[in-house]
Amino acid sequence: MAPDEPTTEEVAAEAAPEEVAEAPQRELPDVPALAAIVEAYPSTSWVVADDEWVVSVDSAEYHDLVATAKDGGFTMFIDLCGVDYFRRDPRFEVVLTLLDTATPKRLRVRAGLAGDEPQVATVSDLFPGANFYEREAFDLFGIDFAGHPDLTRILLPDEWEGHPLRKDYDVGSVPVQFKESHKVQ
Amino acid sequence: MTDENQTEEVEAGDAAVAVEEAVPEGTEGRRVVHDMWVAGTEERPDLRRFTDEGSQEMLPDEDEQVLDIQRGTVVDDDFELDDSSDEEELQIINMGPQHPSTHGVLRLHLELEGETIRRVKPIIGYLHTGMEKTAETLTWLQGPTNVTRMDYLSPFHNELAYSLAVEKLLGVEIPERAQAIRILMTELNRVASHLLWVATQGMDIGAISMMIYGWREREYLLDFFEMVTGLRMNHNYIRPGGVAADLPDGWEEAVEDLLVKVPAGVDEYHEILDENPIFLDRTQGVGILTPAECRAFGVTGPNARASGIDWDLRKAFPYSGIEKYDFEVPLGQHGDVLDRYHVRMDEIDESLKIARQLLETMPAGDYRTEDRKVTPPPRKRIDESMEALIHHFKIFTSGFSVAPGEAWQSVESPRGELGVYVVSEGGAKPWRVHVRGPSFAHVQAMPAAVTDTLIADLVSTMASMDTVLGDVDR
Repeated sequence: MAPDEPTTEEVAAEAAPEEVAEAPQRELPDVPALAAIVEAYPSTSWVVADDEWVVSVDSAEYHDLVATAKDGGFTMFIDLCGVDYFRRDPRFEVVLTLLDTATPKRLRVRAGLAGDEPQVATVSDLFPGANFYEREAFDLFGIDFAGHPDLTRILLPDEWEGHPLRKDYDVGSVPVQFKESHKVQ
Repeated sequence: MTDENQTEEVEAGDAAVAVEEAVPEGTEGRRVVHDMWVAGTEERPDLRRFTDEGSQEMLPDEDEQVLDIQRGTVVDDDFELDDSSDEEELQIINMGPQHPSTHGVLRLHLELEGETIRRVKPIIGYLHTGMEKTAETLTWLQGPTNVTRMDYLSPFHNELAYSLAVEKLLGVEIPERAQAIRILMTELNRVASHLLWVATQGMDIGAISMMIYGWREREYLLDFFEMVTGLRMNHNYIRPGGVAADLPDGWEEAVEDLLVKVPAGVDEYHEILDENPIFLDRTQGVGILTPAECRAFGVTGPNARASGIDWDLRKAFPYSGIEKYDFEVPLGQHGDVLDRYHVRMDEIDESLKIARQLLETMPAGDYRTEDRKVTPPPRKRIDESMEALIHHFKIFTSGFSVAPGEAWQSVESPRGELGVYVVSEGGAKPWRVHVRGPSFAHVQAMPAAVTDTLIADLVSTMASMDTVLGDVDR
């Protein structure tokens, strides 16, 4: 145990100054409204364009950030979709679009998900409108939205196998038999 | 030979007579006729599927009571009134996907208590053709042919949203004339879509003549679209980089003609519907959506404006220079079907107002960008330059590549916010194209509007939400 103790101390000592050093280094966006949303979430990065803000967030903090954004005025649910980046490390991404109709501003939240078992917390408790969109993302990408009330296939038949919008989904083909007489000899 | 034939005939005749005598009349008689034709030549198979003997054999003889119930001679009454529960039994009704007033292939799973709807579950996907997957196999320039088929009542808006999203990634400047043409076509498309809406809304609640009138005025607009693009629907006219072709000669007269004919028709609709007691009964206070419900479910467009949400993307996030034109955003108060009707009728007027301004201020110039990356060289250069020919060929076969990135662009379609999210990983084909159709959100919001109302109001509400199933299922 003795050799372990200094190691943990060292780790703690190393970690603590880093955190202290990191906190002031972390720049918040110069837009106060966006800064208020991303402040509590250290994993976020953001892009501020003229009429829309794009926030990338870790999947663990995704739900809480969306809740903060909802309290921050983004009350209108617009869209949620999945993306399969395939060769990138967080292979999947959930892209949520919210709208602040008063300002007006558009917020896009991107959350990267692991490739083997993509899972993220549902936001259908915050926005009932996310229900169908999450079902669509589940249907076409196989993304598991934890806590979703009815995560079933929505566009494809229930007995469908696979998730077609994944990049490794084999589209397949139906062989067409042409008549003998149509052959050019 | 003659003798033989004669004997055969005699024999056949004898056999027929013999059978006729043996079998009584009725259904058996038909078989006699059949036998008569073949009698004396060969043995024919019995064409009846069941004989009387067979049906006798099929009946089990164990339980006479069960047999009586099966035959229907005894009524099995095992109904026992359950007094323990106050709730009435819910009846489950399946509406659609082939119901005429679902405007497509929407299926609604209804739980009814008497005539009151207690629960609705929309079931979609009957029109799903994997268009987002298809989009990944088409080049950026071929994309509009795909998206224009999604919401088939507002094809120009689909093309515009897609093209603007691609142009965001490309970073090309669109000439003023191309932008003005885009606005002209999309605003006239909005009129056409609303005319179709008022026609089908009338039809669904019993005003059949309204349907005929609505289609009549829409036809003028489709004629104009055909004049400009060559097609009545699915135009593939608005493309990344501009539009496919300049406005044809005589477009001013055609638009002026529209600006006379369509308002005249709209005045007639007001006369037919505005004070019609049946229409008011079927629409007033029916299918109400509150502003909070609209926000929660993502209901946009005329449906949200009928609920009093002052939200129009043309004002909030102007695109293609629409901020240069003067128009109002009509609003409702109650969020019922009647307000949706009034909002849409007023939007027709506003869109025609924009069309009139465009007629007066249509700028001169190019109808597509001069950026040679996305636009082929002019026709004249192709005739004289080999490089220009190769350039043209490359753009239309392998396509142009788009810088990696992601972009969201939404336009105000006749139904609401139509958003296109494109992801590029570089290359000539999109990595991902997602289309946020307004109808998808509206289908989802339908339970909020119709729960605890009468089933007759469901038809009126469903029509008023203006869902296009091509947009829902994609």
